[in-house]
Amino acid sequence: MTAALPAVPMMRRKGVRLALRYLIAVLLVIVFLFPIYWLFMMSFKTPGEIFAYPPVWYPKSLQLKSYIDLFPNGDAATVLNSLILAGASTVIAMILGTMAAYSLVRFKTGGENLAVWIISQRMVPPIAIVFPVFLLYVFFGWVDTYHGLIILYTAFSLPYVIWMMRGYIEDIPLELEESALVDGCSRWRVLWRVVFPMARSGLFATAVFTFIFAWNDFIFALVLTRTEVTTYTVQVTHYFGGQSNFWSKISAMSVLGTLPVFIAVATLQRYLVRGISMGAVKG
Amino acid sequence: MADLKITGLHKRYGHVPAVRGIDLEVPSGEFTVLVGPSGCGKSTLLRTIAGLEEAQEGTIEIGGRVVNHMRPRDRDIAMVFQNYALYPFMNVFENIAFGLRARKTPVAEIETRVRRAADMLGITNLLDRLPRQLSGGQRQRVAIGRAIVRNARLFLFDEPLSNLDAQLRDEMRSEIKRLHQELGRTMIYVTHDQIEAMTLADRIVLLKDGLIEQAGSPLDLYERPATHFVAGFLGSPRMNFIPAKLAGNGTGMAVRLADGTTLPLPGNRAGLSASAGRAVTLGIRPQHFSRDAAQLSGPGAAQLSVKIELVQPTGARAFITFPLGGTPVMAELAAHDAREPGETIDLYADMNRAVVIDPEGGKVL
Repeated sequence: MTAALPAVPMMRRKGVRLALRYLIAVLLVIVFLFPIYWLFMMSFKTPGEIFAYPPVWYPKSLQLKSYIDLFPNGDAATVLNSLILAGASTVIAMILGTMAAYSLVRFKTGGENLAVWIISQRMVPPIAIVFPVFLLYVFFGWVDTYHGLIILYTAFSLPYVIWMMRGYIEDIPLELEESALVDGCSRWRVLWRVVFPMARSGLFATAVFTFIFAWNDFIFALVLTRTEVTTYTVQVTHYFGGQSNFWSKISAMSVLGTLPVFIAVATLQRYLVRGISMGAVKG
Repeated sequence: MADLKITGLHKRYGHVPAVRGIDLEVPSGEFTVLVGPSGCGKSTLLRTIAGLEEAQEGTIEIGGRVVNHMRPRDRDIAMVFQNYALYPFMNVFENIAFGLRARKTPVAEIETRVRRAADMLGITNLLDRLPRQLSGGQRQRVAIGRAIVRNARLFLFDEPLSNLDAQLRDEMRSEIKRLHQELGRTMIYVTHDQIEAMTLADRIVLLKDGLIEQAGSPLDLYERPATHFVAGFLGSPRMNFIPAKLAGNGTGMAVRLADGTTLPLPGNRAGLSASAGRAVTLGIRPQHFSRDAAQLSGPGAAQLSVKIELVQPTGARAFITFPLGGTPVMAELAAHDAREPGETIDLYADMNRAVVIDPEGGKVL
C-alpha cells in the first residue's frame, strides 16, 4: 500500500482553507468590534436593560434619555472643549511643524542632529513630565485655561508632525520647487502652492493622528484642568462613583466622544490610506 | 550687449570643485549649447546662472546687470528641466499659467499668452488635461510652454530631451530649433548628447572637468578641434586615433604608423618639420575615407590598402573596421562600396581633414 496524498481533491482543500480563513477573520472582527457595538447599544438602553441577565443584545426601543441627560448641566459641552483643544492644537502644530520640516529638508537646518533631537522629544512619557508642567503652569497662571492645554498639546505634537512631514517633503521632487522659484514664487509661495498640495495625503494622515492624540489625552487634561476647561475624557471619569456608576451616562458620553473622530476618519479615509502607505514606501 | 556674461566663475560643492574658472559671453539671440561628459560641470554652470546654486567666485551678468545675489525669479530667466517639473495637481493650462499668476499678471493677459504658447507648441487641445494623462513628449511641450509664455530674456534648458526615446528626441529637437527661429530668444541648452549639440547650436561650449575645453561654431569644433578630447567627443562614429611618428617625406611631412605605413601630410603642415621623429597621434574621422579619390576635399589623399575585418551596414551607409598601424580603424563608406570581411580593398584617406595630436598634452598641432 503506497502512502498517497489525502483523498480530498485539490479544489475542496482550497475551499476548506478559504472558509477557515474567513471564519478566523469574522471572529477577529467580532472580538474587535463587539466592545464598540456594546457601548453603542448601551447608550440607547434603559438602566434596566443595561443590567439585565441574560444580556439584552438589542434594546426594545432606542432610548435617547441618556443623551438628553448630558445637555442640561453642560456635560456635553465638554465634547466641545475637547474639539477646541484638539482642533486648535492640531492646526497650529501642522502649520508650524510643516514649516519646520521644510526647513530641515530644504535648508538642512541644524544638520542631522537637530532632526534626531526633535524626534527624541517624542520619547518622553507624558506622565514623567506632567507634574513639573503643572507647577510651571501654576506659575504662569495657565491652569484650567484653553491656551494652556493648546500650547501643551501643540508642543507634544510638534515632534511627531515634524518627523512625519519631513518624510513626505523629502519625497517631493526638488525640481518642482526649483521650477516654481524660477517662475516667480517666493519660498512662502512655494510652500503654499507646491509643497502643501503635493504633500496633501501626508498632511491629512498626520493631522488625523495628531488630532487623535490630543483628543484622547487624559493625563494632561486631568492634572491641568479644574472646572472651566474639562475635556470629555475627564468628564467620563466623573460618572464613576464611589458606590455606583452611571453606566448610561458613561456610555452616552463615550459615544459622543468617539463620534467626531469617527466622522473625521470616515470622510478622510482615502487620504489616510494613501498617506500612510506613502510614508511607508520610499522613493 | 551680451545677454549673458560670465567672468571667472568658480563653484565648489564643499571641497569638490565643479566649475573651475569659466569665462563666457553669449550675445543676444544666440543658441548656445553647453556640452560635455557627465561630471564636467555643465549642469552646475546652468544652475548657477539660474540662481539655484551659488558661485563662490566670479560674476554673472544678465542683460548687463550683475545677478550674483539675485533670487532666481528676479534674474529674468525661464528654465526647462530634465524631468519636466510639471505640477501633477494642476491641469496643463494652470501649469503653463503658473509663473504668470505668481507675478500677478492680469487674468485676460494670462489667457491670451497661455493660448498663444499652446498654439505654438501644438498643445491647445490638451489644456484641460492633467500631466499624468499626457505622453512624455506632450509633457515636455508643456514644460517648454511654461517657459516661453514668460517672455524672459534668457531661456535655460537642462537636458530636456534625455528622458525621451530616440524618435521623440529627434522630433523635439526639431521643435526646439524651430522655436528658437520663431522666437529669436537667447537660449542656453545643456546636453551630454553631441548630436543635439551639433544640430541645435549656433555656438558649442565643450566643457571638461569644470573648464571650457573649446568654444565655437559646431563646424569649427568638428573641423578644427583644439584638443584630443574635442576631436574625440564630437562626431559619430568617433574619430579614429592611431599612434604614429612624424617623419620627413622629401618634400614635406608625413606620419609613419607602427606597421610602417606612411601617410603624407599636405603642404600646409610644413610647420611641423621641426618635430620630425616626434611621437604623435593621428586623428582621422570615419567619414574622411573614400573609395574614390575624387570625392575627397583636395590634393592630400593618401592611398591605403586595407583588409576588412568587420562590416556594419546601416542601410545607405556601411561602417567597415580594418587594422591600420596596429589599431582597429573604422571607415564610413557608401553601402555599395563596402566589401566582405576578409577582402582587401583600396582606400583613400583625406589627409587635409586629419589632425595631428601631441600625445603628451592632447593639443592638436
